[in-house]
Amino acid sequence: MLKIVRRILATVFFAGVTLLFLDFTGTLHRGFGWMAKLQFIPAVLAVNVAVVLLLVALTLLFGRIYCSVICPLGVFQDGVSNLSARRKGKKNRFRYSPAMSWLRYGVLALFVVMLVAGVNVAVSLLDPYGVYGRMASNFLSPVYRLANNLLAWFSERVDSYVFYSTDVWIKGWITFGMAVVMFGVVGFLAWRNGRAYCNTVCPVGTMLGFLSRFSLFRMAFDTEKCTRCNACERRCKSSCIDVKTMTIDHSRCVTCFNCIERCKFGAMNYAPVKWGRKRGEKPSSGQTPVSATVNTDSQNTMSRRNALSAITFLAAGTVLKAQEQAVEVRGDGGLAEIMDKKNIARQTPIVPPGSMGARHMKQHCTACQLCVSACPNNILRPSNKLATLMQPEMSYERGYCRPECVECSHVCPTGAIKPISAADKSAIAIGLAVWVSDRCVVNTDGVQCHNCQRHCPTGAITLVDRDPGYSDSLKVPVVDKELCIGCGACENLCPARPYSAIYVEGNVRHHQI
Amino acid sequence: MMEKKKSNSDKMGRRSFLKTLGAGSVATTAALSGCKPSGGGGASGGTALAEVPTDKMTYRVSPTTGDRVSLLGYGCMRWPLRQKADGSGEEIDQDAVNELVDYAIAHGVNYFDTAPVYVRGWSETATGIALKRHPRDKFFIATKMSTHRDDPQLRSFEGSRAMYEQSFRNLQVDYIDYYLLHGVGIGGMAPLRERFYDNGMLDFLIKERALGRIRNLGWSFHGEQEVFDFLLAEQDAGHVRWDFAQIQLNYIDWKHASGWNINAEYLLGELEKRDIPAVIMEPLLGGRLSRLGSEALHILQEMRPQDSAASWAFRYAGTPESVLTVLSGMVYMEHLQENVRTYSPLVPVNAEENGALEKVAEIMLNADYVQCTECQYCMPCPYGVDIPGVFGHYNRIISAGKRLKSSNDENYRKARRDFLVGYDRNIPKFRQANHCIGCEICKPHCPQTIDIPNEMRRIDVYTEQLKQGVEFSNEQLAIKR
Repeated sequence: MLKIVRRILATVFFAGVTLLFLDFTGTLHRGFGWMAKLQFIPAVLAVNVAVVLLLVALTLLFGRIYCSVICPLGVFQDGVSNLSARRKGKKNRFRYSPAMSWLRYGVLALFVVMLVAGVNVAVSLLDPYGVYGRMASNFLSPVYRLANNLLAWFSERVDSYVFYSTDVWIKGWITFGMAVVMFGVVGFLAWRNGRAYCNTVCPVGTMLGFLSRFSLFRMAFDTEKCTRCNACERRCKSSCIDVKTMTIDHSRCVTCFNCIERCKFGAMNYAPVKWGRKRGEKPSSGQTPVSATVNTDSQNTMSRRNALSAITFLAAGTVLKAQEQAVEVRGDGGLAEIMDKKNIARQTPIVPPGSMGARHMKQHCTACQLCVSACPNNILRPSNKLATLMQPEMSYERGYCRPECVECSHVCPTGAIKPISAADKSAIAIGLAVWVSDRCVVNTDGVQCHNCQRHCPTGAITLVDRDPGYSDSLKVPVVDKELCIGCGACENLCPARPYSAIYVEGNVRHHQI
Repeated sequence: MMEKKKSNSDKMGRRSFLKTLGAGSVATTAALSGCKPSGGGGASGGTALAEVPTDKMTYRVSPTTGDRVSLLGYGCMRWPLRQKADGSGEEIDQDAVNELVDYAIAHGVNYFDTAPVYVRGWSETATGIALKRHPRDKFFIATKMSTHRDDPQLRSFEGSRAMYEQSFRNLQVDYIDYYLLHGVGIGGMAPLRERFYDNGMLDFLIKERALGRIRNLGWSFHGEQEVFDFLLAEQDAGHVRWDFAQIQLNYIDWKHASGWNINAEYLLGELEKRDIPAVIMEPLLGGRLSRLGSEALHILQEMRPQDSAASWAFRYAGTPESVLTVLSGMVYMEHLQENVRTYSPLVPVNAEENGALEKVAEIMLNADYVQCTECQYCMPCPYGVDIPGVFGHYNRIISAGKRLKSSNDENYRKARRDFLVGYDRNIPKFRQANHCIGCEICKPHCPQTIDIPNEMRRIDVYTEQLKQGVEFSNEQLAIKR
């Protein structure tokens, strides 16, 4: 019974968090955004005391429910482990092993040091939610979007506007590589040893494990009923039940209830600790030896299949774009070939409005990629710089930070990007437009262009005579630094290619205009 | 019902990139009309359609040369395109062209109008290949001296002559039935003088006519009345004889020509005075007259429930006796079949019907359309904007009654979504109106004299209002315009 409840809840959470990474329309975040904000490391980074206390209390009461239900990486591992167990004779493949305390606490200590020291690469590499987020956004999201595009294709053919197609691209190869590596490591460990990753590497697991030793409810043997058949130990994916000594390592138990379900004799109980006694007397439940295989592992199969699809996707990775041909001798019609814009090397990276600047972003971001997935304008992508590795930064060659959109600020679970309104955003200067005169089409092509000026939402760009004193002078843009908010409309819509003639340099600290 | 469907597929026909969709919708038409065999009968509003007649085409005889020309002329400026087999871009779908040409000739069409610049410069060759498969006396071929783009090299005698001679090679013919000075009137008198008078080109062409290599010499006219009057005055003065002239005529342009275009009523009247036969272009105003809003469409359907808006427009253009042929750039077999039906034989528009079309014209003029015929003369835009594509999308939204007057309109949510989703579907983002930099390079090329940058800006403002979801009303827009 408990196991079924656990599995249902875990499925709900896993699906919810996963969908957050898939949805690009901004609708799900309103209903399910809290699922990301409930994650442990994001809550710590957001200094969300309430959530941290809630999770601590939850663990002190019921053990590591967090690891079994809330943590998407944990549930992912259960899925992999479950798949592994379906192989013949592998269902009961576990056995007790002593805790690798030096490794666990070593990693935790390192993690805390890194957190305090602000070495965010290490923090985000180890944060289980971040690890899962990178997997979801790099593998699942492209597949989801391709499927959406297929639907959009059909919907276009029946004149329906229900689905619209969306760009699919790998936003950062380093981050993609990291996701592949972690998928391999975590997946391999889960395939072989169940929750080994959670109990040896994961700092959240170690931290909550430390608390769960003292939890009120916990597993306990009923020594009178136990026949020492070893069944529970063989089924324990945390390898924390030692039947020989009749002990359970509560720091590693993730309260999955598999042992209770497995025990035919009702010898395993989940009950409040009677202080001073070693076991609970009255089992609250768990008498029913139901084999709960009803709950299918659609989630797990899905992640595997999607991982495969992601590889296929890689192969076909180049975004298909209508191949336009160069126009032959002065015919009418056709389309001029337009080069793709290239990313401009910026001295200061641009980070989204609401993040208050590079420093705040660096300190609070766990690089989960939720904002990157959510950005409807294809601006956010993970950084490739070591200090801010995998954390989001902006670039405007595919779109610009549109005035009506504050999506990233609302999805961010760690408070790295604080929630803002569209009105707030219109007054936050995240960067400053810089004009490059020798790339400007006014100079290169000798035509009058006013696209940057016309699209500037704050009126920061105006046009002045290039050749003062001549009445027929072409006009070139000038930027009012006091008004520019760095939204990138000018850069994105600039006709100069591949490098825009006006581009945005980030502000180290955002300021109000 | 079927008419509606047809006009639906028609509108997509203009857009090569929606080709498949068009085909899909054509298939739907076929399915709806009960799986008709090619060219066979089907059901339209419950009434069976007859076979497409092969021997009922209306012909007009040219008073100047005695040519017997089919009232339906084939405009070769919109041949269907396909992806090259090696994926390196597009090419003309020659198989489809052959099929269309064969069908047209089999059903009495004998006038084919092309130009060196049509379909990115590929039209003449493709048309030539298709026609080569038929006896030379079965068709008339029209092509043009397309030096309307300001290219001094091309406008020299040598450049122009090279273009003229290339047409013979492209079309694989040793004489051209109808040769036109392309797009005279665009830009006023100066280009006309530069292109045909100063370099001696007109004299050369007149000699060529005398030698029999050109059978009819004429011109296609857009733009400034001064040029039109001048050319006719030249004939009046005995300097030149025009065998025909090509003008834009439809029930909007008759009395309500936009921009610098001249009312067709005047143009045709002047030609009739001199007994010069008229070739009609833009009978559908770039397809706009084939997709009327429901208010306008109902006026016509009440009188002739089975006729499409397009067939009305064709009947209108073909009604004056001085019209030699009416050009239609037909991309799909279904359009060809419908047009053949309309003119096999022509049922002239009577006075009462004329009144109805006048009402329709009023409704069209009051709408917010951009007067674009999607002729592609403005293209390619050097900065990549798909000008006819953007205008086409906007106009279709108006036709569908989905152009919002204000953000408080009842259908705001749906119309907003349809506009924005449809916009991204039809036009890649980097070719949309917000990429128009206002350089005005396109402006002098537009035969409809649309202020392209300004209209682009207007559409961009509308798009932004929808994207940002801000409140707006048409009054503000009117000021912007």
